Amino acid sequence: MKRLIIRKKSRKNFLTYGIVVAAYVALMAVMAAGAMPSAIQGLLVPMCAYIIAAVSLNLTVGVLGELSLGHAGFMSVGAFTGCTAAMALANSGMPSWGRMAAAVVVGSLLAAAAGALVGVPVLRLQGDYLAIVTLAFGEIIKTVVTNLYIGIDPQGLHFGFLKPDIGLGKGGKMIVNGPNGISGIEKISTLTAGFLIILLCLVVIFNLVDSRSGRAIMALRDNRIAAESVGINATKYKLMAFVLSAAMAGAAGALYALSQNTVTASKFDFNTSILILVFVVLGGLGNMLGSIVAATVLYILPETWLRQFSDYRMLIYAVVLIGMMLVTNSQKVRTLLGKLLPQKKTKEKEGQGDA
Amino acid sequence: MPELKFEKGKMVPVPSHSIIPERDLGHAPVLECSHLGVDFGGLRAVNDFNFTIGRTEIAGLIGPNGAGKTTVFNLLTKVYTPTRGTILLNGMDTHGKTTVQINKMGIARTFQNIRLFSNLSVEDNVKIGLHNQKKYSALEGILRLPSYWKKEKEAHERAMELLSIFNMEYMANWRAGNLPYGAQRRLEIVRALATDPCLLLLDEPAAGMNPAETAELMENIVKIRDKFQIAVLLIEHDMKLVMGICEGICVLNFGEVIAKGTAEDIRSNPTVVEAYLGKKGAQAC
Ligand SMILES: Nc1ncnc2c1ncn2[C@@H]1O[C@H](COP(=O)(O)OP(=O)(O)O)[C@@H](O)[C@H]1O
Ligand SMILES: [Mg+2]
Repeated sequence: MKRLIIRKKSRKNFLTYGIVVAAYVALMAVMAAGAMPSAIQGLLVPMCAYIIAAVSLNLTVGVLGELSLGHAGFMSVGAFTGCTAAMALANSGMPSWGRMAAAVVVGSLLAAAAGALVGVPVLRLQGDYLAIVTLAFGEIIKTVVTNLYIGIDPQGLHFGFLKPDIGLGKGGKMIVNGPNGISGIEKISTLTAGFLIILLCLVVIFNLVDSRSGRAIMALRDNRIAAESVGINATKYKLMAFVLSAAMAGAAGALYALSQNTVTASKFDFNTSILILVFVVLGGLGNMLGSIVAATVLYILPETWLRQFSDYRMLIYAVVLIGMMLVTNSQKVRTLLGKLLPQKKTKEKEGQGDA
Repeated sequence: MPELKFEKGKMVPVPSHSIIPERDLGHAPVLECSHLGVDFGGLRAVNDFNFTIGRTEIAGLIGPNGAGKTTVFNLLTKVYTPTRGTILLNGMDTHGKTTVQINKMGIARTFQNIRLFSNLSVEDNVKIGLHNQKKYSALEGILRLPSYWKKEKEAHERAMELLSIFNMEYMANWRAGNLPYGAQRRLEIVRALATDPCLLLLDEPAAGMNPAETAELMENIVKIRDKFQIAVLLIEHDMKLVMGICEGICVLNFGEVIAKGTAEDIRSNPTVVEAYLGKKGAQAC
């Protein structure tokens, strides 16, 4: 049975903010003490990027109720445009955090534009067309970036498609090099930046959801016909949620790219889109904290603890997936967990909720 | 018909015999349909539907199952595009308008198969109805500007006020999908009223309600009409309700209007008795 009473969302929102801030403080403390294993240290910024990607996809899937199978495509747009911007600014004398911020802004703006490009024709239609079109979008972006050449020389940026010869002048430098992607990236994204972007995304999503526009978006999810019958413009609000989600994925992509030596188009393929979707589904639709936890656990585990199982790694990973699915979606397991937790606390909470 | 009680007692109950209530004389009708019709493939679901509703009239649309009553509502709200005919709302042609525009022009409705935003709270359902009444932009909401707090407060107060019509304020935080059936129907009415309509369409509002609930609903429909000064068009199978509060009744059968008039006219109309009420039903009325 579902909950009869819907409690004020703000408490859960503050819990989410609190956990994110606490995790940041804890990680910084461990790093300051020099106790962080180097294998994990390098995974932290990408982990933030995956958390942002998961939270943003949850806006589309959980809040808007539309299926997107090409979320990595928007990350790709953000990664390549953002990284290009950061590299173009390399000699501008900007501090590294400024270049990173510029990369994130450029990446999210262009990903938002890509989101609008996909969303405007598709979100007008009723039905599950978005899944098909975003699936195609992810593949198209991968192919486009694989054949894209961008370089910079004193005259400015040069672009080329399919052919590597883009007429770079003296002192010119390739940035995006077709199938080889971008290499020699200066790793300027930081854990602090990652957590700030996570917090920013959470604030935007939580404040949106608890506002007139967010309610309109959820109304469309629950019942489109009824939503239109009370005067809600379906296309406008679907587009709003979808473009915002794409922009956040773009920011995630830029953050990710600037934490790697090399990025290639194939990094953001269908598998990555599905991986992010798995984070969202296992964390619970519409549950941002769930997405954060799922993304953290499922990103860090295969890279670290599961390494010891070598060949059996993916087998164990599958078991973990099934286990998480049971925990998050089965009422029996939840009641069981509820019984294991101290009774007093739950009662207290309920009392507050009724008041 | 049970005696109608009015909370504020400012309105005089309208005698249920006149098609157009006295105070409506001199006003343009709120809705005028002429030769309205729609085909689904070869099926003429509605044909040559002519009907007029006065500004504060309670009108009934009755007929056997599959007669095309819900289809008429879907035509009025542009869920379906009419194949033939015109719909004038407050004298304005609604040709080419969308469902959203129709709601903004003043028609609000409920659904035969309840369509609530079932994962959201009761209060949020009403606030969604207030979407075009308490407006502020998404950016104002995300940035929590003063306009956000002001409009949200107004929306909350208005939602509570509307819920109080059915004494449902205490359910404000309940999940809409978990409400008892009758309360879900009432919430749909509240949500429709939140959009500030001039014409309220109710599709089988008493379906699934017990006699006590139905009697209360009858009172409330009249109360809503009096309080908001709006027209109500309702589809209903409960003859007690229809005959009790509808000032004008239209009977549909196989998509065609077979009778129009007051409760008295309909009750004594032999075509209606044959097509719809049946001999026993006619005696019961
Ligand atoms: N979208 C549709 N497509 C095809 N036939 C429809 C559609 N909607 C309604 N109908 C048909 O129109 C007729 C009237 O249906 P409806 O208006 O729902 O009847 P009711 O008077 O019981 O509300 C029925 O025969 C129904 O099958
Ligand atoms: Mg019907």
